[in-house]
Amino acid sequence: MSVLVVLEQNAGKWNRMSFEALAAGKTIADALSVPLHAAVLGSSAEALAKEAAAYPLAKVFAVQHELLAHYTPDGYTAALEQLIKSAKTEAVVFPHTYQVRDYAPKLATRFGQAFVSDVVDIKSEGGKISFIRQLFQGKLNASVEVAGEPQFVSVQAGAFRTADSAATASATVETFSPQLDAAKIRSKPEDPFREAQRSVDLSAAELIVSVGRGIKEKDNLHVVEELAQALGAELAASRPICDNGWLPMERQVGSSGQTVSPKVYFAIGISGAIQHLVGMKGSKMVVAINKDENAPIFETADYGIVGDLFEVVPALVEAIKKAKA
Amino acid sequence: MKIIVSVKQVPSRDSALKVNSAGKWLDDSDLSFEMNEPDAYALEEALQLKEKLGGEVVVLSAGPERVTQTIREALAKGADRAIHVEVEEDGALDALATAQILAKALEGESPDLILTGLQSDDLGYGQTGVVLAELLGFAHATIVMEVEPLGATVRVKRELEDGWFQNVVLSLPAVLTIQSGIKKLRYATLMGIKKAKTKEVKKIPAAATKSAAQIDKVYLPQRNKQSQILTGDPKDVAKQLVEKLKFEARVI
Repeated sequence: MSVLVVLEQNAGKWNRMSFEALAAGKTIADALSVPLHAAVLGSSAEALAKEAAAYPLAKVFAVQHELLAHYTPDGYTAALEQLIKSAKTEAVVFPHTYQVRDYAPKLATRFGQAFVSDVVDIKSEGGKISFIRQLFQGKLNASVEVAGEPQFVSVQAGAFRTADSAATASATVETFSPQLDAAKIRSKPEDPFREAQRSVDLSAAELIVSVGRGIKEKDNLHVVEELAQALGAELAASRPICDNGWLPMERQVGSSGQTVSPKVYFAIGISGAIQHLVGMKGSKMVVAINKDENAPIFETADYGIVGDLFEVVPALVEAIKKAKA
Repeated sequence: MKIIVSVKQVPSRDSALKVNSAGKWLDDSDLSFEMNEPDAYALEEALQLKEKLGGEVVVLSAGPERVTQTIREALAKGADRAIHVEVEEDGALDALATAQILAKALEGESPDLILTGLQSDDLGYGQTGVVLAELLGFAHATIVMEVEPLGATVRVKRELEDGWFQNVVLSLPAVLTIQSGIKKLRYATLMGIKKAKTKEVKKIPAAATKSAAQIDKVYLPQRNKQSQILTGDPKDVAKQLVEKLKFEARVI
């Protein structure tokens, strides 16, 4: 028996979240007293598997097939199904990436199992493991237990500290060649692309005033624009604001937008869903203004104001103007 | 083209969430409910595809009696008919059990496409569409921004991380999970609301199923790091914050 962590690579480069998943995998392997294994998939995966062998684990599988050159849910699912069956795995751990979201539910279903996605913590008591995950975009937590094996779980970005690698590799590297059939791969991926170049670079901004759903209407945007102006800050937003077309997409901060690290980040009417937090957690100081005292943003914020942004922000603009005069 | 849209009813975004006395789900006595937002975009995409290509849009939803309201809303916006799978405690179901119930309810329907939102705002598993595809033997794509039917196949634009996108061509039938915000949502017209009352809503009992993943406890997260909450009237807190900006962050 073993715990298997599926590491993610793209064009030969690691997705760094893979090593957070490895740390989570180690927690489970230790709790179950079984060895920790990892797998990396590709048309040639040996070089990466050798790199991964420097992490604290027993074995790394280089899962290789020419049909794994480009990610497809059918190819990845079939390959991992075969590996899990042959390696007798008790638990399979993934980083909660967009790619994992695309195929891991399918893989777990092949085993008639539930997949506990987007886990933020793992607790174990007497060999019984429970997974902590967020509900309602982080407003509540739930502790979840899964019956049966193998267990399938993915871990949220930033929830586990990246596992450390040693200077020399100690894990065994084993090549695994799955049987794949081109006729059973039903999707044809084209090359990934980016939309037009961004003209706004928020990554260099020292001050950012960012606005979320709490602003309610496009016509209310002037409230935060005035704050940005008083501070000399860049204006940014959470996803729904850009989706609505109230601000251009290039001003979006978060997992699908820009990653920023200003001196001060003002989160105004932003609840703080993880997709937003990953884009701004590098900020040196975070100020949050939100009417909901339980909003997850208050975990990330250094200073919080629980109140109506339509009252607080204009007062803040006045105070800043006075201080600057 | 025959399109099924799977929608979930979830507690409204602004709801004050209270954990129930068993500590395993929400106390729903004071909750108001609405259509899960990503599912509303899935419905919009389906309606626009129908307007372009003709065919039928069938709404599928599992949940207790209150789900009728969400189904009526979808019908009022233009869906042709609905299937309501009656499930008492939808909150406690994992994605596999939910998808099993939905798959069973779709027996005999043979759609070309099934659309649903990329995740629910309550449980947030983000899996139901993918699991449903596997159970039905359909191809699938997740986090879809654009849908372009090409006869026996469909080309979709998927969102990847960090501002990257990818087009993928899939064989039909397929399940697509739709990203929020990809189109402007329509409102139901008065005529639509009137018509909805005459549209067919087939009620069927849920297939027996059991969740492998059980919620053992629901609770307010413990904050690892508590922000310093500034208190007072707006003028007071503004003044305190300016002090911090001036002397701590040194940005004023």
